[in-house]
Amino acid sequence: MTATTIGPSVLERRFPPVAVLATVALGLVVIGGILMASYAPRRPPLTLPIIVLTAAVALLVVDVVLLFRLRDFAWDRFWLVFRWALLAYAISAGMIEFAFVRDHTRGAPLVVVTAMLIVFAVSVPLIIAFTVARYASQPSSASLASER
Amino acid sequence: MTELAEPVVGVVGAGLATDAPPRPHIQVVPLRGLPIVAIVVVFVTVAIAGNWLWPLAFCHVVGGGLWTSIDLFVGLVVGPIIGRMSIPARAEFTARFMPKMVLIMPTVVLMTLAAGLQLALVVGNLEPDNPNHAWLVVSFCVVGVMAVIALGVLEPANIAVLFEMNKPEPDGEVIAKLMQRFIYTAGLTGLMQVATLVIMTRVATQ
Repeated sequence: MTATTIGPSVLERRFPPVAVLATVALGLVVIGGILMASYAPRRPPLTLPIIVLTAAVALLVVDVVLLFRLRDFAWDRFWLVFRWALLAYAISAGMIEFAFVRDHTRGAPLVVVTAMLIVFAVSVPLIIAFTVARYASQPSSASLASER
Repeated sequence: MTELAEPVVGVVGAGLATDAPPRPHIQVVPLRGLPIVAIVVVFVTVAIAGNWLWPLAFCHVVGGGLWTSIDLFVGLVVGPIIGRMSIPARAEFTARFMPKMVLIMPTVVLMTLAAGLQLALVVGNLEPDNPNHAWLVVSFCVVGVMAVIALGVLEPANIAVLFEMNKPEPDGEVIAKLMQRFIYTAGLTGLMQVATLVIMTRVATQ
């Protein structure tokens, strides 16, 4: 761990809304997935799914920027959790992708579904790893002061 | 995530630590359960690949039954009991219970949803003129809400609690704050599960 175990409580420290933004991104791709799945086995209209997918990707990009600007953060704990969770959710996403391919989803709808599954497979590990690491990050007094 | 804690003495919560028996090591992801998860994932994958009705129905019914039952039982029966336990008892129960849930719930959810979508396609329930189509779209919405709660709120809290409990001196306030999420979402999850029961029994009888 990069953080120490003494000092102010981790509950005192305020973090950017990384988990909230990732949860909203997850919610958006869930909505997009519902829109697409409700048309199966027909070819779905893609306008609305592409809009929600774009919004989800934008949120995720903002999220990653906010995350990497953090100081005094338990990065080793974050990466430990993130890589194992990513493996688990990549398997889940791969299975869903397989089901869509098996059901003859092709072309643009498959691209949109794949992009949504990538957002899903990244956002869930991001939420889990951030939640674990934020409570493992003991702030220095200086970082507490600068973030207030 | 599979790391083991150093041997520590004490219980959760500052100031309660010194005379208690040694806390058990918490394995966040129980490795012994992974082969069972792998078997389930392979079984569901084969069922989808083969489009076989019975395995798909088996995975969906068994997975869905377990998901709903566990959610309702834990939320309405086990949760309130844990809430009335002493802090050391609560900590010990959580340390033994939560790691199992880390494996069981995602597996059961994956089994239910993957097999369910394929089953709907095989039996034609998703066809636009099928009387079950609207019910299934509503069930997608219900499952979507539950998925966001489970993946975005509950699972991160569950894993964070286990990591906190693995610390030499777990912070009781942090654990209490994280566990509040389960209390806040129990009612909504219960409502969604009851809605799922209504929808699925309608679909099965139309």
